[in-house]
Amino acid sequence: MFDRLIEEAPRFFTYYNMIFVLQAMGTTLLLTAAGCITGFIFGFIIAAIRATRDPLLKPLRFLVIVYVEIFRRIPFLVTLFIVMFAVQIVSRNVSLFAIAVLSICMLSTAFLSEVIRAGMESVPRLQIEAAETLNFGFWRTQFRVVLPQAWKVIIPPAFAFMVMFIKDTSLASQMGVIELTFTGKSLMNRGFSPFLVYGVVLAGYFVMSYPLSRLGAYLEKRLASA
Amino acid sequence: MPLLEVKNLAASYGALTVLQNVNLSIEKGEVVSLIGSSGSGKSTLLRVLMGLLKPNAGEVRIDGEKVDYGSRSSLKSIRDRMAIVFQQYNLFQNMDVLKNVTIAPVEIKKRPRADVEREAKAILDRVGLSAKLKSYPDQLSGGQQQRVAIARALTLRPEILLLDEVTAALDPELVNEVLDTVRELAAEGITMLIVSHEMGFVREVSTRVVMMDKGQIVESGTPKEIFENPREPRTSAFVSKILRH
Ligand SMILES: Nc1ncnc2c1ncn2[C@@H]1O[C@H](COP(=O)(O)OP(=O)(O)OP(=O)(O)O)[C@@H](O)[C@H]1O
Ligand SMILES: [Mg+2]
Repeated sequence: MFDRLIEEAPRFFTYYNMIFVLQAMGTTLLLTAAGCITGFIFGFIIAAIRATRDPLLKPLRFLVIVYVEIFRRIPFLVTLFIVMFAVQIVSRNVSLFAIAVLSICMLSTAFLSEVIRAGMESVPRLQIEAAETLNFGFWRTQFRVVLPQAWKVIIPPAFAFMVMFIKDTSLASQMGVIELTFTGKSLMNRGFSPFLVYGVVLAGYFVMSYPLSRLGAYLEKRLASA
Repeated sequence: MPLLEVKNLAASYGALTVLQNVNLSIEKGEVVSLIGSSGSGKSTLLRVLMGLLKPNAGEVRIDGEKVDYGSRSSLKSIRDRMAIVFQQYNLFQNMDVLKNVTIAPVEIKKRPRADVEREAKAILDRVGLSAKLKSYPDQLSGGQQQRVAIARALTLRPEILLLDEVTAALDPELVNEVLDTVRELAAEGITMLIVSHEMGFVREVSTRVVMMDKGQIVESGTPKEIFENPREPRTSAFVSKILRH
């Protein structure tokens, strides 16, 4: 078997193939980054909406809870197909990549909103009351008092989810988005040994997620001592 | 016209009625002390006044103007005029001492930062904390946090200051420091509503003492009347119990 690998290697590790893999890794990273950034922004907005108490906002609170509870529970592949069919009702010429981005954002928003909400709820109610009596508005209270105290609780699980999003993007290959897992399938179809192909795919995922885990662990330590 | 007037106020936490038919009126410059056993509703009354708990009935007037606790602008205006020092201090854990004291005057009241910082430093100096400007609340003792909380309230320049058990968590020697500060404020004529278990202090500093029991005001009078000649048996029982300690 080793003979075969050694014999195949020069044909496999060509400049062209490696660019193909690296570009696909770029796509995977882009999908993940888009998911994380959007997830943090909309996740925070959802968590903030859920922290409001105004009776007028009750329908809105209900809607975001339904959204979060559904999208945290369905498999990501299903999310992808739901988004694909929903988008195709509106327009036929939306790229697969855009659909994948939208799907990963829906997923990350649902998960990160829960993480952010738990972080915000870890801040004692009395801190918020103090801000209220000082006439801080809702958003000032969130940004100056709640979030700076909630980070410690948000960061560790948020990084775990970001690593999960990297892995989830592999499902976009099912729709034909050329990300890292897709290149694996495509190289396999060109007759390369699965050991070579998936060895490279594995290394690619590891290279992307390991630094992220380490960064998370580092931040967790720093925040805990701060 | 009284500066602060409370009429037939009632409030509850869910099904638990905590305040009932509370009537109270405070003239400008008065120092009114609320006394009463634990759970009688003293903190709750202050919370209602600050708009942290909506009353179920009754009304509150400031300078004759009715407070609408359902309206944002009305709430904003009373919080602009009243400041509270909480029983548990409630300093912002993510800000140092100076920031805790200056953030609201600078960011909310839009006063020039340099002026506010100068004033805040002077006030912190007065409560003996000039060496702690850069410390965070979790690096301070309970007494120090309490004094920062007082400094935070004073830097707001409130017309009415609400103080909830500001000495409850303090060591005896710190009690005097904080009480001295409150005494000075009283001498300056700032209007205060104080919750306190320090009967000697209440007696000395208050213009009027109000006795609460089970969410109601049972008696109100000068310190002399309340401590020497209480009309209500509940007051005399409470006062003699407290004074014996
Ligand atoms: N957040 C809350 N939720 C529910 N019940 C509460 C809450 N805060 C206070 N209570 C109840 O309301 C009643 C009055 O409490 P309050 O804190 O006003 O008493 P207090 O006179 O300030 O007592 P203390 O001298 O111990 O501070 C008590 O029975 C208390 O259990
Ligand atoms: Mg109390």
